[in-house]
Amino acid sequence: MSARAAYALLERELLRFFRQPNRIVGAIGQPVIFWVLLGAAFRGSFKAPGVEETYGQFFLPGVAVMIALFTAIFSTISVIEDRREGFLQGVLVAPVGRSSLVLGKILGGTVLAVLQATLFLLLAPTVGIGLSATALLGAVGVLGLIAFGLTGLGFSIAWRMDSTQGFHAIMSVFLLPLWLLSGAVFPASGAHPALAFVLRLNPLSYGVAALRHALGMGGAAPGLYACLAVSLLFALAMFALAMKLAARPAKGDLQ
Amino acid sequence: MIETEALVHAYGGRRALDGVTFDVKPQEIFGLLGPNGGGKTTLFRILSTLMRPTGGRARVVGHDTVAEAAAVRRGIGVVFQSPSLDRKLTAFENLYYQAQIHGFTFKETRERAREMLARVGLSDRAGDVVERLSGGMRRRVELAKGMLHRPRLLLLDEPSTGLDPGGRRDLWTYLSAIRDADGVTSLVTTHLMEEAEKCDRVAILDRGKVVALGTPAELVAQVGGDVLTLDTRDPEPLAKEIGQRLGLAAKAIEGRVRIEQASGHELIPRLVQAFPGRIDAVRLGRPTLEDVFIRKTGHRFWSEGEGGALGR
Repeated sequence: MSARAAYALLERELLRFFRQPNRIVGAIGQPVIFWVLLGAAFRGSFKAPGVEETYGQFFLPGVAVMIALFTAIFSTISVIEDRREGFLQGVLVAPVGRSSLVLGKILGGTVLAVLQATLFLLLAPTVGIGLSATALLGAVGVLGLIAFGLTGLGFSIAWRMDSTQGFHAIMSVFLLPLWLLSGAVFPASGAHPALAFVLRLNPLSYGVAALRHALGMGGAAPGLYACLAVSLLFALAMFALAMKLAARPAKGDLQ
Repeated sequence: MIETEALVHAYGGRRALDGVTFDVKPQEIFGLLGPNGGGKTTLFRILSTLMRPTGGRARVVGHDTVAEAAAVRRGIGVVFQSPSLDRKLTAFENLYYQAQIHGFTFKETRERAREMLARVGLSDRAGDVVERLSGGMRRRVELAKGMLHRPRLLLLDEPSTGLDPGGRRDLWTYLSAIRDADGVTSLVTTHLMEEAEKCDRVAILDRGKVVALGTPAELVAQVGGDVLTLDTRDPEPLAKEIGQRLGLAAKAIEGRVRIEQASGHELIPRLVQAFPGRIDAVRLGRPTLEDVFIRKTGHRFWSEGEGGALGR
């Protein structure tokens, strides 16, 4: 593992991102539109046991996580592009372990995700959620944990793919439902017991709940420490998976 | 610099490499010549540690490519046939990050990147995004990227792909310059005869085997005699008639008639008199590596369907 190499790859991720402004629009635009539209749509009708908030308030952490998810997806799609455009082979013949590549890529995605999701959270006061410095700091920490796990997951999916279309298919049938069923869009308390059960199994639910805790939104279950523990475990597990997959030579390493 | 021992690589049942043994000496430009599909790229990938051989072994810069891959990577620079640049970054940034990945300090990194861009004559384009550079300039950035960490051995896969004649000349001037000034050894794969002829030594690879190895002059001397090439509108019938009327072994190859013959100059007046008006031009020359290839393999360099683009 070379920290310098990992850092170089991280910096490159950021540079590439800021050179393609449409990626910012892609990752923030759609979630914000969802938030504004659904917040307005469920304004009078949203009601769930144990939830006091308006839908705009309830949905806010969920949208932040959606932004983290979208950014993670966009960053890891670049794994496929790097492979196809040949950049990857130059890294693979350099005298650094592949672990540096994995770490640089995942950290790059994480930084971008936290940055954008935090930018979005600054809108919280517009729906009446006060943001103290500690709340914001806590939220950044939780988002970092969530984004690291999601980027690790994205990397593991992207590593062996040879087309971005394939990734989009996985995104629709796996990654988006992962988010839909995380307590981001609707609370477990009012849902069908079967759905509530799925929510409890979904590791992302704990990330969303942790973010609620950090923002001081009451009624989130389970407790903060349980949420942090599950999120940390998920992040580590995804990192380990990405490392394991990348360590083995893939057919597509070569052009 | 490179030693291979009975390298074998099989994809499923097909043997891309079938017992390849050769050495590359320090400070030479070594050419691996062969038709596409002859095993060059497979060999290249094994030497650059991207692939493990299924049999035999290879030592590169004194280290085993499988057991000591990291040590090999420190000693080699690799220029791939397909581009390996990040098109969204500038030429300088591409070199900058590559140097970082190689573990140089920030100061060294900047110096190396600037120095290498100057060496390939791109200092004034350092800040241009790669997308906006011409194909030839991109190849030069690739070359700079491969040489960034001052490797002792440079591996280049079909380096002249996409270069114009001027760019090709520059490439060979550069390879000779780093050989003479810095003692860098180069291994170049190519499917172009004229390129292989510029190498210090050449191995001809066909169907996964080394069929000839030596300096271009040595290889050509094995064929011996002269080669007469006739430009004509009807190569096939003409070759046949030359065989029948003059008893010579004439072959129609790539739109021309070729005759291998000692003292070829004596043949020219006889040919021109025997076939008035049918020969547009006669060229008398020494045998080329292509003749070596035909002699060693019994078939043409371009297998069926491959030479079409060249107007055969």
